[in-house]
Amino acid sequence: MAARAARGLFRRPRYINEIVAQMDVIGVGSLTIILLTGFFTGGVLTLQTYPTLQFYGAQSQTGRLVAISLVRELGPVLSALMVAGRVGSAIAAELGSMTVSQQIDAMRALGTDPIRKLVAPRMVALVITLPLLTVIADVVGIAGGGIAATTLFGLSIDAFIASVRDGITSDDIIGGVIKPFCFALIIGSIACYKGLSTEGGTVGVGRSTTRAVVTASIVVIITDFFLSRALQYLLGMPVT
Amino acid sequence: MPFSREIHTTHPSGPVSDNAAESTFAEIDDSDRVTPAIEFRDVVLSFDERVILNRLSFKVMKGETKIILGGSGGGKSTIIKIVLGLLKPDSGRVLVNGEDITEHNETQMMRVRKQIGMVFQEGALFDSLSVYDNVAYRLHEQGIPEDEVEPEVRRMLRFVNLEEAIDKMPAELSGGMRRRVGIARALIGDPKIVLFDEPTAGLDPPTARTICELAMKLRDLEDVSSIFVTHEMNNLQYICSEYAVVDEEGQVVFEREGERLCLTNSKVMMMREGKIIFSGTDESLRRAEDPYIQKFLRGH
Repeated sequence: MAARAARGLFRRPRYINEIVAQMDVIGVGSLTIILLTGFFTGGVLTLQTYPTLQFYGAQSQTGRLVAISLVRELGPVLSALMVAGRVGSAIAAELGSMTVSQQIDAMRALGTDPIRKLVAPRMVALVITLPLLTVIADVVGIAGGGIAATTLFGLSIDAFIASVRDGITSDDIIGGVIKPFCFALIIGSIACYKGLSTEGGTVGVGRSTTRAVVTASIVVIITDFFLSRALQYLLGMPVT
Repeated sequence: MPFSREIHTTHPSGPVSDNAAESTFAEIDDSDRVTPAIEFRDVVLSFDERVILNRLSFKVMKGETKIILGGSGGGKSTIIKIVLGLLKPDSGRVLVNGEDITEHNETQMMRVRKQIGMVFQEGALFDSLSVYDNVAYRLHEQGIPEDEVEPEVRRMLRFVNLEEAIDKMPAELSGGMRRRVGIARALIGDPKIVLFDEPTAGLDPPTARTICELAMKLRDLEDVSSIFVTHEMNNLQYICSEYAVVDEEGQVVFEREGERLCLTNSKVMMMREGKIIFSGTDESLRRAEDPYIQKFLRGH
């Protein structure tokens, strides 16, 4: 399905307006939950790790730990899970409703390929917006961690920022963008497939929606493990 | 000849026209009329162990309306989906305007579907689009300029008597209005084949009658070939015994066939468990002795 959607992007008519509309729905619409998720995840990371680091006398490295955790893992994975929940469910429900009410059949009968008209714009919008949302989650998360470190533990903001700078490498940032790109393809493919294969009326729409979110979330988490391992080799990140 | 031996009211080229009076008694080119609009040859389709269509063969000639009767689950709607290429048969051949579409891929079917209009059971309107955008959908997809689209959309909505609903959303329409918008959407682009999938199911009798009148207008004034899937006997009564003509004032009126006139452009086909158990005229259907047919006609 993803391959057909990709091929369809290069044929006319092109659905540029649909892509922009979906980017608005997916990207702008998800901004609030991404901001909240990122900020409080960064904050709780500081909350949980600062005392341990202090025990070893390494509390000045709190920024490094928070930043690496967010950029490498928590930012991409939590953003993907949030988007899977919010956007994946919406896509599956919308396409599922269209399927059971014969709107997909009507679209095909009117000479439109639903993969190109419905799937491709959603996939493209996800692939563009999820990495951006992830970067925003990372930045806001680091800010949340910094605020928690300075207000709750009295760590100076300069020390926090310095350790963030020391900790983050370009490989971390590249890996942190590659992951959401892959997660976007996973979420889009699963949500569209589940929606378009809906059967059984409104009950079926609910079933498809649930399956889309659960399947996408699990696949994202499993893929994250293998992707992390692959990136460690490809980008020369420390394995041990 | 799509109509009776004495009168025909077809027009070979024009779509649903405002000046239908001019199209009445127009000359038509009969050279291509021997090729059926739709033809099924020994079509078989099964889902798992269940046979849906069992060696089905029939033809729909140009300008003819084929009414397909039968109980639920008899395979009626499946026929329409096969014509549109939404389902592929396990064996047999399907031809549209003489073109074998059995092995067509999705891209090839997109071209074939442009010749076909489809009216779905519940209308299947796009919820997120207005009536205007629903009807204009095919033209928008083809990149037709907006100044050409609007007059065409209004013309189609006038044909189904719904021009006042042009800016409404589907959620604001009644069931009958949704079906009529569905018909207008199916007719845009002037398809010469229109498929009706139980278009009157769940509608009150006057609205159902309106839908049948639209089907008759297409048949008698526009030379459209159609398959009309239904299980309602009223539809059969209307479509097989009445015809549309344009009176002296340019108004479309419906008249009943009488002693001198017998409609030959409407045929009935009855299905049961994927097989054709009757094919012929409505008069011969009523005379059929098959107990299932008699029970179906009586309604009990």
